[in-house]
Amino acid sequence: MSDDATTEIVPGWETVIGLEVHAELATATKLFSDAPNRFGGEPNTNVDPVSLGLPGSLPVLNEQAVELAIRVGLSLHCRVQRSVFARKNYFYPDMPKDFQISQYDLPINEEGWMELADGRRVGIERAHLEEDTGKSTHVGGGGRIHEAGHSLVDYNRAGVPLIEIVGAPDLRCAEDARAYVSELRSILVAIGASDGKMEEGSMRVDCNVSVRPVGDAELGTRCEIKNINSLRSLGRAIVYESRRQVDLITAGERVEQQTRHWNEDEGRTHKLRSKEEAYDYRYFPEPDLVPVDPSEEWIESVRAALPVLPRERRHRLAEAAGVDTATASLTVERGMDDLAVDAIGAGADPTRVLVHVENNLADGAGALTAASFAALVAMEVGGDLTATQAKTVLATLVAGGGDPAAVAADLGFEAMDDAALESVVDDLIAAHPEDWAAFTSGDDKERKKKSGFFVGKVMKATSGQADGRAVNEILARRAGA
Amino acid sequence: MSIPEGATARVLASEIRSGARSARTVLEEHLVAIDAREGEINAFNLVLVNEARAAADAVDIRVAAGEDPGPLAGVPVALKDNMCTRGVPTTCSSRILEGWRPPYDATVVERLVAAGAVVVGKTNLDEFAMGSSTENSAFGVTRNPLDPTKVPGGSSGGSAAAVAAGFTPLALGSDTGGSIRQPAALCGVVGVKPTYGAVSRYGLVAFASSLDQIGPFSRTVADSALMLEVIGGHDRRDSTSIPEPAPDLSSVLDHGVEGLRVGIIEELSGDGLEGIADDVQARLHEAVAALEAAGATVASTSVPSTVYGLSAYYVVAPAEASSNLARYDGVRFGLRVDALNAGDMNTATRTAGFGDEVKRRIMLGTYALSAGYYDAYYGKSQKVRTLILEDFARAYEEFDLLLSPTAPTTAFPIGEKTADPMTMYLNDVCTIPSNLAGHPSMSVPFGVGEDGMPIGVQVLAPAFGEPTMFRAAKVLEAAAPDGHPAVGGTMVGSPTGVRHE
Repeated sequence: MSDDATTEIVPGWETVIGLEVHAELATATKLFSDAPNRFGGEPNTNVDPVSLGLPGSLPVLNEQAVELAIRVGLSLHCRVQRSVFARKNYFYPDMPKDFQISQYDLPINEEGWMELADGRRVGIERAHLEEDTGKSTHVGGGGRIHEAGHSLVDYNRAGVPLIEIVGAPDLRCAEDARAYVSELRSILVAIGASDGKMEEGSMRVDCNVSVRPVGDAELGTRCEIKNINSLRSLGRAIVYESRRQVDLITAGERVEQQTRHWNEDEGRTHKLRSKEEAYDYRYFPEPDLVPVDPSEEWIESVRAALPVLPRERRHRLAEAAGVDTATASLTVERGMDDLAVDAIGAGADPTRVLVHVENNLADGAGALTAASFAALVAMEVGGDLTATQAKTVLATLVAGGGDPAAVAADLGFEAMDDAALESVVDDLIAAHPEDWAAFTSGDDKERKKKSGFFVGKVMKATSGQADGRAVNEILARRAGA
Repeated sequence: MSIPEGATARVLASEIRSGARSARTVLEEHLVAIDAREGEINAFNLVLVNEARAAADAVDIRVAAGEDPGPLAGVPVALKDNMCTRGVPTTCSSRILEGWRPPYDATVVERLVAAGAVVVGKTNLDEFAMGSSTENSAFGVTRNPLDPTKVPGGSSGGSAAAVAAGFTPLALGSDTGGSIRQPAALCGVVGVKPTYGAVSRYGLVAFASSLDQIGPFSRTVADSALMLEVIGGHDRRDSTSIPEPAPDLSSVLDHGVEGLRVGIIEELSGDGLEGIADDVQARLHEAVAALEAAGATVASTSVPSTVYGLSAYYVVAPAEASSNLARYDGVRFGLRVDALNAGDMNTATRTAGFGDEVKRRIMLGTYALSAGYYDAYYGKSQKVRTLILEDFARAYEEFDLLLSPTAPTTAFPIGEKTADPMTMYLNDVCTIPSNLAGHPSMSVPFGVGEDGMPIGVQVLAPAFGEPTMFRAAKVLEAAAPDGHPAVGGTMVGSPTGVRHE
């Protein structure tokens, strides 16, 4: 995507990153049964014969999960197609059937792309449906499986629907990877597919990393890093793994294809298993399910119901504000782009609008309306309010709404009329003749210093109601007189 | 006390519904029959005496209250022990499930009970339905009621034996490659494998999911039709269930075969297949004559790819089984053999819990799905399935029904084939093609062989062809001879037991 030298983690080396993101779909029930899909709860309470894999139980596909998967596919510009579930066979105690129902050679979504906030596109190879596993807790031995006295398994999560989104190896640095995950999360949340909470494990990232000398076309041998639980870990793991691989190669060794585990406390990755030790999953079509073949009508109705996505919102705001999409992205992330676009539409200065969103609305816009936002910015730009006053008025509007002029008046922020201000300035000049002399006769530096002195005095005398620019204008007039 | 000749499920249900006899009386008669011979036959893994008495009494209370308990009111039924019964052990005749009590009923069990049936017990089977003789059970061999030195066939040998011995007029089996039809033939009862998807598999412990199908055993064709009407029809808990109500079979049973076109599958009959016994072949010819006499036209036809059915089956079925049986890992239910870590516990549990035939098939299936072998085995076998479907489709352009022997021989002596799995597997050569195609077929008793043991004729139909299939079965039932077959046959040349190229 970018071969910008600034993306190099180790100078002279290019890191190639591809992410596999698992997101739990926000359905009411599990992927193949009526058991509730709910985070938390007493262990083994959100279960039924199907999600426990009891003998004789059979999976029945959750239509809502398919709809959410289609939403994801359409949002990622994928081809939504007839798909087939397959069994991925391997033994693990937290997997009830000792196979996972997933999709293999025919995923529901294939070949799409996602645009990052700065406008660059990352390829999406596929986004397929599969079921989640349970969770093991290893008791004793510090929680490590090999030293544990015994293990407990909670199947509440078993069978929860997941969408696995496999990104192309288009990313080149930790920042790109974080931006990718942030954007993906914004999309998933926007379309109601997932709550995207990495801290609760409802969104999990596996990261494939390889390195190659800058300019090489051939990809290096990759390692897959698991157990990344935050955006911060993702960045750290990528940097660590890039350096580890470069160190191996420069020491004359080979990078072995491995699955590695990120240890957040130690800040490093550990080998889980090599390619030779990799499972043979013995995929074959799941005979208990029929192929999923969503009709054109269904796909189009899902498409029609999609909300405006972050990308389009960035473009819309960028156009309205006359800025680039990267600049517009924070406002979109905060969900205030409608407010901003409407305020700008009502005549507000775009720069002031975006500055307020960035600096003064981090905790939300509350009761602020586009009209009052625009009126506030107009007062500020027109000199009726100072920047400091505008911030205070804005906070009041967020908390309780209202008309900015009335709020400003209530706060005593009435702009002083020129005569009153001139009188305050004249009094101060009279009270500080030496400073005034320094102002009128000094060099630029001295003049600037003394202007600050007088503005400060005026502010103090007026309890901050004076406009600094107006004070400077009066000072200039008096000095020239 | 013996079961009266007329005690079919239809007669019993009608008498009980009318109040002429009580369900409890009928049950007690059957319990007496069980008591008399079960020790010798070993048809059951579990007889539910108290539960059955309570169920029968409940039926009687409903009749007394003027309610109709349903079409199977008070009829004793036996369930193959691979169908889940709430709170009642379900073992699949395997050590690995010992002690497991499912928290739910299979759909077929719910439907039988809702129709007034009284569940009398869980019947023995080859472990996880893998076998053709009910000798692969962890709980002992089931014996053929007609000659206890012989096998009852399998894997649903317990259910077939229960019906043949008069323990119950109806039983359910499951058929993955012939496990209903072959034991039905060997025990001299009717056995039906419905169209794939006609009967819900929810609660049937899976062997090979794409082939498994539940179906009835009975002594009469009409009783199987009745039972199939009760258990069939759509079930939302099985994604492969056909979204249609069960077909009405009872009203077409007596429509005869006048004008029907029936094809004899050359590849599966004595003229084309080595190993079909002369007496079996002779009975098939008599069956043909009976159908012709009833107005059907009969001719030989080729369904060439059926000769690959057995090979394809022994890839597909073990492959699916290797995955279906992975869950018996000692973690959640059934047997657990403790070890130092989870992997060793899995291994120790499975080593102790599974019998040899199950292990053999898990290994076969695991191999067939392995990286690098998938295309050569599983992939190729799926192609064979497609070919078989296409060949059947061609045959059914010309014929309404097809005909073949059900099993190559009459019941064989216990122990005769246990040492050689391949010989045992050949028992299913005639029944497997219907499973691979998902088509219905049934075995109808048609006289006995040289040894006096029953012989079955298999009627095959295209998908959803049960109504026509049952009409032909009814005609064959009426024409079935009592005595030994006229070996040598009366048509299509003379059977030699040699395969003609």
